[in-house]
Amino acid sequence: MILTLTILLAVIIAIAWAAFNAAYLVLAERRGAGIIQRRPGPNINGPFGLLQPPLDGIKLMAKQLIIPDGADKFMYISAPVLVMCPAIMSFVALPYSDWLQAQNIDVGLLMVFAFASMGTMGIVFAGWSSRNKYSLMAAMRSVSQAVAYEIPMIITALTITLMAGTTNLDAIVAQQSENFFHWNIFPLFGETHNILMPFSFLIFFICSMAETNRAPFDLGEAEGELVAGFHIEYGSMGFGLFFMGEYANIVIGATLATIFFLGGWSCPFGLFPGVWWFLIKMYAIIFTIIWIRWTFPRTTIYGLLNLSWKILIPASLVNLLLTAGLMKVF
Amino acid sequence: MGKENIPESVVQLAIADDIIKIGRANSLWPLTFGIACCAIEMMATGGSRFDMSRFGAEVFRPSPRQADLLIIAGTVTKKMQPGIKTLYDQMPEPKWVMAMGNCAISGGPFAIKENYNVVLGADTFLPVDIYVPGCPPRPEGLLQGIIELEELVSDWKRFKDPEKAHSRQPSIRAQADKEV
Repeated sequence: MILTLTILLAVIIAIAWAAFNAAYLVLAERRGAGIIQRRPGPNINGPFGLLQPPLDGIKLMAKQLIIPDGADKFMYISAPVLVMCPAIMSFVALPYSDWLQAQNIDVGLLMVFAFASMGTMGIVFAGWSSRNKYSLMAAMRSVSQAVAYEIPMIITALTITLMAGTTNLDAIVAQQSENFFHWNIFPLFGETHNILMPFSFLIFFICSMAETNRAPFDLGEAEGELVAGFHIEYGSMGFGLFFMGEYANIVIGATLATIFFLGGWSCPFGLFPGVWWFLIKMYAIIFTIIWIRWTFPRTTIYGLLNLSWKILIPASLVNLLLTAGLMKVF
Repeated sequence: MGKENIPESVVQLAIADDIIKIGRANSLWPLTFGIACCAIEMMATGGSRFDMSRFGAEVFRPSPRQADLLIIAGTVTKKMQPGIKTLYDQMPEPKWVMAMGNCAISGGPFAIKENYNVVLGADTFLPVDIYVPGCPPRPEGLLQGIIELEELVSDWKRFKDPEKAHSRQPSIRAQADKEV
């Protein structure tokens, strides 16, 4: 009974954390865009505009729900849920500190990637079921993009697994504790010596940005070509769930990058390791993602797929092979 | 008017209604839809100098399903009229319409005898909630239109007492009252 309650509490906290981040990262994005474009951004509603996300949420929930004529009703309704739920499920396995983790799973890495790739199915459902040519085209684009960028991302995660010798996310962080030179991004004194890790980090970062449909890779929602992308027929909270799912996926990507490469909750100088270091690193990565979105223009679909199939996948494969070789030599 | 089409619910919750109204007023997402030169002023309103994002209204949605506000920014020709009507019909309730500029209000400079292709005002075929005059109106005008629409949506004033807020410069309205 107590075990069940503990698991229930953990899941509730995971959901609340995902929803809180999704709501307030939208505000961070809008304020960040404002700062980059030399304007204030939403700053009137509440102190620093902090009431803007709840107000938007209230409006979206109170809006009329339209199901288009001829849409596949079951798929149309289930698509936003299929985008949001797997994203929340991934949070259950993510460790934020040595004590702050919902469930310590031995195959945590596998589980996170399994759930992260399920979000694509929701996008296909949305594009297919809304009976709109633009949404279908956008969904097909999103799928080709997700397939193209999942491969180098998972190969890079495989490189990490090879070095760490485990798929337990907790254990991966534990190997990088102490200070900056033990982190996987630049392992000079760690248990493993691999000069290719900064390169792996770059591949992982680009892939996590493309996986979450972020600019400059947001071809699935290119307004100039596809009106609004795969969620064109979704109003009210259905659209809100797609939006929240996207931001939850950004948090997952940044969290994984922190766990794999930046030493999780360990301090760069070996002082006071704890959850605060994790949050600093995670939000720094998220800020970089927002910064990139408002700095670079969108790529073309050919450029996007060429980058993955011609550069990232061969590079990550070579990286994996060389890592295996280096592991054998040293 | 958009909000009159919503069926009244059986259970009435006054506080919830007020909260929902304030939520609606503070996130009026316009449709990315510009017809003529007023659209240039609309873009300037979204830009750095005037920045309508302060009021939470900068989220220009490309799809009518996600928009709350249809800004008719420019001359409505007879060829364009069915398209605008379709866009309005595709927006989910509650929705509001703003006629921006003289052409959208009454045909403006096109309201002449020789006119054969311009619809004389958007209110001939759409329920317009708010009119912003000007040819084209300045971005400040559009901002004031949005603030007035917020009052119309929620019976809630964003700027409580304009005379107190700008006490050093009495407003035009206040001066006119004194003369009377």
